[in-house]
Amino acid sequence: MSSPDAGSAREEVLGRIRQAHTAAAPQPWPYDDIDRGYREPERATALTGEALVELLVDRLVDYKAVVHRCAADAVGETVAARLAGRGARRVVVPVGLDPSWRTAEVEWLTDEPALTVDQLDGADAVVTGSAVTVALTGTIVLDAGPDQGRRALTLVPDHHVCVVREEDVVHGVGEALTRLDTGRPLTWISGPSATSDIELSRVEGVHGPRLLDVVLVGS
Amino acid sequence: MSTVLLGMPGLPPASPRGTGNLRGDEAFPDAARSALGNAQLRRNIAHATTTIRGKRAAVVGELPHWEQLREAGRQLKSHTMAHLDEYLVQLEAAVTARGGVVHWARDAAEANRIVTELVRATGSDEVVKVKSMATQEIGLNEHLEAEGIAAVETDLAELIVQLGHDKPSHILVPAIHRNRTEIREIFLREMGDAPADLTDEPSALAAAARRHLRRKFLSARVAVSGANFAVAETGTLSVVESEGNGRMCLTLPQTLITVMGIEKVVPRVQDLEVFLQLLPRSSTGERMNPYTSMWTGVTPGDGPQEFHLVLLDNGRTRVLADEHGRDALNCIRCSACLNVCPVYERTGGHAYGSVYPGPIGAVLSPQLTGVEDNASLPYASSLCGACYDACPVKIDIPSMLVHLRAEHVEEHRRQSRTPAVESVVMRTLSWVMGHPRRWTAAARMGRLGRLLRGRRGTIGALPGPVVGGWTSARDLPAPPTQTFRDWWRGQEDQK
Ligand code: SF4
Repeated sequence: MSSPDAGSAREEVLGRIRQAHTAAAPQPWPYDDIDRGYREPERATALTGEALVELLVDRLVDYKAVVHRCAADAVGETVAARLAGRGARRVVVPVGLDPSWRTAEVEWLTDEPALTVDQLDGADAVVTGSAVTVALTGTIVLDAGPDQGRRALTLVPDHHVCVVREEDVVHGVGEALTRLDTGRPLTWISGPSATSDIELSRVEGVHGPRLLDVVLVGS
Repeated sequence: MSTVLLGMPGLPPASPRGTGNLRGDEAFPDAARSALGNAQLRRNIAHATTTIRGKRAAVVGELPHWEQLREAGRQLKSHTMAHLDEYLVQLEAAVTARGGVVHWARDAAEANRIVTELVRATGSDEVVKVKSMATQEIGLNEHLEAEGIAAVETDLAELIVQLGHDKPSHILVPAIHRNRTEIREIFLREMGDAPADLTDEPSALAAAARRHLRRKFLSARVAVSGANFAVAETGTLSVVESEGNGRMCLTLPQTLITVMGIEKVVPRVQDLEVFLQLLPRSSTGERMNPYTSMWTGVTPGDGPQEFHLVLLDNGRTRVLADEHGRDALNCIRCSACLNVCPVYERTGGHAYGSVYPGPIGAVLSPQLTGVEDNASLPYASSLCGACYDACPVKIDIPSMLVHLRAEHVEEHRRQSRTPAVESVVMRTLSWVMGHPRRWTAAARMGRLGRLLRGRRGTIGALPGPVVGGWTSARDLPAPPTQTFRDWWRGQEDQK
């Protein structure tokens, strides 16, 4: 589009790659021959059940996220306590959030019709579910599903209350990838926003939510 | 295609002169000399790299399968480079199918032109930027500025560099040469809206940056990013970051333009399981970085509704044409090799001239530009091997440096500027160092140590004008009979 010879740039770059391969023939290395030797030790050390959940809690706390474990029928009150604990009054929710999770006495801002950026900026908190969580790295993955909403919802408000179901917790990154659909926008979250830019030490709280409350729901 | 084949059996062109930031103003030895005299700079860098080395070692030690992951990373990259044309075509088709537009850029100037036209088409005269090595490499900010478009860097370290009228000195943490006190002073002086009672607490500094950039994020219409990975199979792009400035740029604006080196493609989604484990542990020493975003083309109702992907060559195909150098394309820009490098630790990043400093810069920059344009960089190393040990995709930087030195000497010989005796010594060294087993054997027996040791017990005896210049500018003790590796480990233990 941008210039008359845009098409030739494509052909030329591809041609240069083939030219390079001719000048220095690459070693044949079929994809299926790639050594996946990391998978076996990974599987062998994978935890399950309560040990897996404890690992997750340990990792989350290490990132300065706050973790609250509760039973499936206590999510609403746990969420309410987290919101109240931070003084949140205007709270964003995606359309598909389980109604029993939103029992708190706050002003709920549902993302339908779509909230403006300024409305999101004016909100105190956001409550969402989650798609998959990696215990080993303490990483919660959002896939923009109905209980999570579009990406901006969990980005602009300063306080994110995220509900994680124990049945969605996996051990490693590889397992998480097999459960996810990368056709959807994915956000992998490991703790509140942070930076290592000052003397290479991690400091929590920059542009993303500065507070991350994780509500961990038993199965 | 026929136009290209006419040039056979030549080599693809290096990154052309004139545009971009791959070449420094002075040779490494000269630039290093002034850095070596700056005690504050050395202290800041030593403090930061010592911190990060400790954190990296701890999180790497947690994974029983780390070595297997490194090997898989190396093989995946080698496989991809052997099929690079196929994977790029596949990526293009997948991105296009999801509503993205793919552009190809032969060099920096072409990439800059493409981005400028895309920004112009939106009617905006400002873009927010996520830190990206590719756009630094091509000098995009300077180009946009000249075209009347303001480029706002949103990464904290980039902001520190931009406000400090400074240059980046590290791949991951461009302001690593600044300590908290200096950052506070820069913010108070340049930010305009920094609170008068700003302290030098990192959290207070981060909060000041948040306030400063907030409005920009919420109102920006165009963002420019790089990419850490692009999955050929699905067209999925990924940016790995910490602060949330990346998410802001990738989510809120209407238009997103991603500039990506062609070597960033990976075959399949599942391959990310390797790189998402290797990268954060190697770079910031975290089990996982705070935020990783993945997106595929355009998602209606969520994020930018216009997406452009610019695929950049700029000398990469030239690197691919060198059997001994092409592994430099496997780099995932983690910066672990910088953090363990004794030379980097003493000179900092600016001395390397190019936007790619440290060990990877010493092998990548001269290859992208042609070795004659960055001739001193292959000598900016003590060949201690720490970079190789730290590299998550096992790039053998020391062997590559030796190869490039030999190439440089050869080039000089061809232009008969180097006395024959020096090139003979150099070639002997290359022969010894060029092969891991010969190198280890020679070094272990202390022969190399004696060969390299100068009169005053410093490494000052390397032949050649450039080598001599560089080695005389530094004050590293030479290893009397130890290997470089052992010597370096010893240095570490003393800390
Ligand atoms: S060469 Fe290896 S260690 Fe250095 S930045 Fe690249 S991937 Fe990291």
